[in-house]
Amino acid sequence: MVCLGRICPDMLINGPIDANPYSIRLNSDGRTDAVAAISAQPPESFSASLLRSLLLRSLLQSDTFDESCESGEMENENETNTEPVEAEVNPWEVSGKIDYDKLIDKFGCQRLDQSLIDRVHRLTSRPPHVFLRRGVFFAHRDLNEILDAYERGDKFYLYTGRGPSSEALHLGHLVPFMFTKYLQDAFKVPLVIQLTDDEKCMWKNLSVEESQRLARENAKDIIACGFDITRTFIFSDFDYVGGAFYKNMVKVSKCVTYNKVVGIFGFTGEDHIGKVSFPPVQAVPSFPSSFPHLFSGKENLRCLIPCAIDQDPYFRMTRDVAPRIGYHKPALIESSFFPALQGDTGKMSASDPNSAIYVTDTPKEIKDKINKYAFTGGQDTKEKQRLYGANLEVDIPVKYLSFFLDDDDELEYIKQEYGSGRMLTFDVKKRLIDLLTELVERHKRARATVTEEMVDAFMAARPLPSMFS
Amino acid sequence: MGYTKEQLLAHLQELRIDFIKYDHPVVLTVEAQAKYVGNVGSALSKNLFLKDKKHRYYIISALPETKVDLKVLSQRLGLGKGGLRMAPEEALGEILQVPLGCVTPFSLVNESARNVSLLLDQGFKSQESCIFHPLANDTSISLQAIDLDAYLISIGREPIYVDLEATPKVGKDQPPDLAAFAPSESIALPDYAEKIPPSESLPKSHVPTNSKPKEVKVAKPAKATTAKVAKVEKEKEKSLVGSVPLAPFSDVDQFAEEILNKTSALLLSEITEDSIKQHGEELGSMVSNTIRKRLSNELKNLAVMFKNTSYTEGFSAGIHYRRKQV
Repeated sequence: MVCLGRICPDMLINGPIDANPYSIRLNSDGRTDAVAAISAQPPESFSASLLRSLLLRSLLQSDTFDESCESGEMENENETNTEPVEAEVNPWEVSGKIDYDKLIDKFGCQRLDQSLIDRVHRLTSRPPHVFLRRGVFFAHRDLNEILDAYERGDKFYLYTGRGPSSEALHLGHLVPFMFTKYLQDAFKVPLVIQLTDDEKCMWKNLSVEESQRLARENAKDIIACGFDITRTFIFSDFDYVGGAFYKNMVKVSKCVTYNKVVGIFGFTGEDHIGKVSFPPVQAVPSFPSSFPHLFSGKENLRCLIPCAIDQDPYFRMTRDVAPRIGYHKPALIESSFFPALQGDTGKMSASDPNSAIYVTDTPKEIKDKINKYAFTGGQDTKEKQRLYGANLEVDIPVKYLSFFLDDDDELEYIKQEYGSGRMLTFDVKKRLIDLLTELVERHKRARATVTEEMVDAFMAARPLPSMFS
Repeated sequence: MGYTKEQLLAHLQELRIDFIKYDHPVVLTVEAQAKYVGNVGSALSKNLFLKDKKHRYYIISALPETKVDLKVLSQRLGLGKGGLRMAPEEALGEILQVPLGCVTPFSLVNESARNVSLLLDQGFKSQESCIFHPLANDTSISLQAIDLDAYLISIGREPIYVDLEATPKVGKDQPPDLAAFAPSESIALPDYAEKIPPSESLPKSHVPTNSKPKEVKVAKPAKATTAKVAKVEKEKEKSLVGSVPLAPFSDVDQFAEEILNKTSALLLSEITEDSIKQHGEELGSMVSNTIRKRLSNELKNLAVMFKNTSYTEGFSAGIHYRRKQV
């Protein structure tokens, strides 16, 4: 996953629009010009830093942009202020609320409204996933086209991925994978998962062996999310790049000038050439011809990419290139950000184990973290709580419950009781602790069943004859 | 008692595994062995029988030129520095049931070696064939690595190949990469003062025996002082269950049992005096709906793991399959 680098200050602040058609500008009228990213961003980074990809001023102001990328796919699933004028889009600090409607307008993607959710419900004959119902995945591009084709009998495939920079995975990382698994099961379509070990080797200066090892370790956690091996192909760039995949990379590369890529990612003369030529690696999994062992003869197959909304600019670039090389544009389904435990004032960080719940946490650790570090909207004292109720807007336990508590009625009940003061923070936290403990234990158990052979099988370039059945 | 050389060779023949047998005088070291079978075009192996502080045993089988650094291995296995030693002689006889100088992967066929972890040098894979003792020092057999794998699988063991010379960093964010291969149970030798009774083992069938579902209770060691430490370590062990499939996901009976256990537990908890009073005749369909709602996802998850495990076993078998030479 590539971080959007420093955007050339001159071009963005002062330069005319045409000088760099691919940079993003937030004008006061809220229009953005063109697209940001060359490459399709795998969802690993989807859960990653919010708008480091995008925006604007704070990126320009901050010299430590690359650092934030270096510090890994952490992740700033935090709410940030997207007011263009103040543009305090700061990937390392979280403040303020995101106005998702404005974001959608700026990027030019579409809201995922109730009618679409109902349509998904109808087409898949099963209740829509909790993330759809709660508006976690709330925006899209061309989802309607995908569904139209699906109704006609033309299937699609899913594409997601992760930049394996560390072994410590937290719940925020799992969110896109949980949703992708649901999509796979509901639509009965194949999935390719890209592990960008080469990217991490380059950006985080890991050895080749170490990044490959991390890719395999991360693959185990991904597999533990419950993907169907008869429909899933996991690949690491180091293992797979070549052949048809590489041919597509070259085709994409030819459509993007050096200036554009510098404008989008902020490469400088000091950056090594590996970084500059990396972006196409993430773009081409959107094209079925990159996987001849899976999709040969199906050149018209469409691709749907679940990701976090900060990835949108990357995919806009891929969508821009696609028709020029004769491919369908990939469709997107986009999510909001997973909040850190400390809420708006915190950010999830690999170096702070208390900012997130990890999939390796023990029940005791989960309990302690929620009790001690979760930011709540409850009042300071029981009495005040009974009187005024909790502020649900900032309350992290309720936010987490809205991600993971499947039962709509129960969530509604909790919100009512807690918001009115009849329920205490302690009770809400307890419910969350039980829920998360169950989730993490289930994940650990599934993880323990993943053998090296299973990883090998998932990662073997093999045909998947029943991938659409 | 222990498996004999003849039994092993017969077993190999039954499995249609090709091997070449060389008889020679008794040898106790790789150098001595090399004098007789060093030039047959096959790679020799050095086999180390190791033990850690928690009375768990390991066989490391490697090419003679591979450097095996016990300190590094110890860390990679999650045993800290200096956690690995050569096992005492008695252990050889008691656990592997082979004479001195005869440590060999084949010794895992013995029941007493059930909990010994085997790590194979990945260098074996690139050799034409490799040489091991077939449970006796006066014979050596050479066979291909994939055939050794086939044999190990047939005795319910998982062949695990490792880059023994790798020295990955082990630290806070980099957990020991081989930790999953440490045995889940320790072995008590008769002359040890502190007996650590092994935990309830799984039904045999074809389930590799060093797997351990989380439901199995942890046995507490006799000595009170070490109780806490051992308990914590056993907890850690539980979460480091090996790379072999857990029983409910590879064994059909266990899988069915698991489903039935969960369902009946939920059923029983839903049928109480109150709920009977509350729902009366409707209780049946009420409980049925609850079960569906609560268990549906869990059972689906179980099923997908079972499916993935079966597919993987088939896939592994497929890539090792060699058509019969006509």
